[in-house]
Amino acid sequence: MLIRPKEGILDPQGKAVERALPALGFEGIGKVHVGRMVELEAEDPERLGELCEKLLANPLIEDYEIQTL
Amino acid sequence: MIWAVLQFPGSCDERDALHACEVHGDGARLIWHESRDLDGVDGVVVPGGFSYGDYLRAGAIARFSPAMEAVAEAAEAGAPVIGICNGFQVLCEAGLLPGALLRNAELRFRCHQVELIEEGTGERLSIPAKHGEGRYYAPEEMLDRLEANGQIAYRYADGHNSNGSVRDIAGVTNERGNVLGLMPHPEHAVDPLTGSTDGLRVFDRVGRVAA
Repeated sequence: MLIRPKEGILDPQGKAVERALPALGFEGIGKVHVGRMVELEAEDPERLGELCEKLLANPLIEDYEIQTL
Repeated sequence: MIWAVLQFPGSCDERDALHACEVHGDGARLIWHESRDLDGVDGVVVPGGFSYGDYLRAGAIARFSPAMEAVAEAAEAGAPVIGICNGFQVLCEAGLLPGALLRNAELRFRCHQVELIEEGTGERLSIPAKHGEGRYYAPEEMLDRLEANGQIAYRYADGHNSNGSVRDIAGVTNERGNVLGLMPHPEHAVDPLTGSTDGLRVFDRVGRVAA
């Protein structure tokens, strides 16, 4: 699961990373956001959405995406 | 008034909260997170600290504890509940308070005395704040509703909002007004030795709900 800060909410971590990039010689990179990644094995993928909504993400401030590897 | 103070793995301010409750009320006891026993308790404090190391999100795991289930029931029944710092985070994660707490805008953990203004009365309180994730956030429509309902309890005084909280909000209540959450630490301001006893006024405010 990829958990991202919601659009429109200040993401100071993302901004800090973005601001550091030119000093490291990287140009032309913007819209940096720092989120979280949770990996797991689930026998039944049906309730994963509920798991994301209830625990892994806070829907007020985060969006999530479930990927099957 | 008898207070209960919850204790999670990683809580660190429950001892001072216990002391503050004893100064304020007629007694206080610690409730380990696995216990649901709030017998004889008039009010609950969800204390500050780093429950579960702030893993995943601050308060995200503590909110699922048996003790918090009991607190939710007590809150529903109208009991006074105060969430301090990590406790505020736990209450927001549990849906007992509106909004969420995010990483401080300047990314720095700040530990300093702050001036709060009580909404409505305009009274100023001097209370220590110490947190890295205290930036209060709620969507605009929710904020407008909270303002209209009188659910904003405290704001940071001019120049004292060091975490970037929207509308300088330092503390909020639920709709009913019996649950209060705030980022600064009233439990560290109950003895003249630490420079301010204004913390007791926060306990008074919540305690009045029990009367």
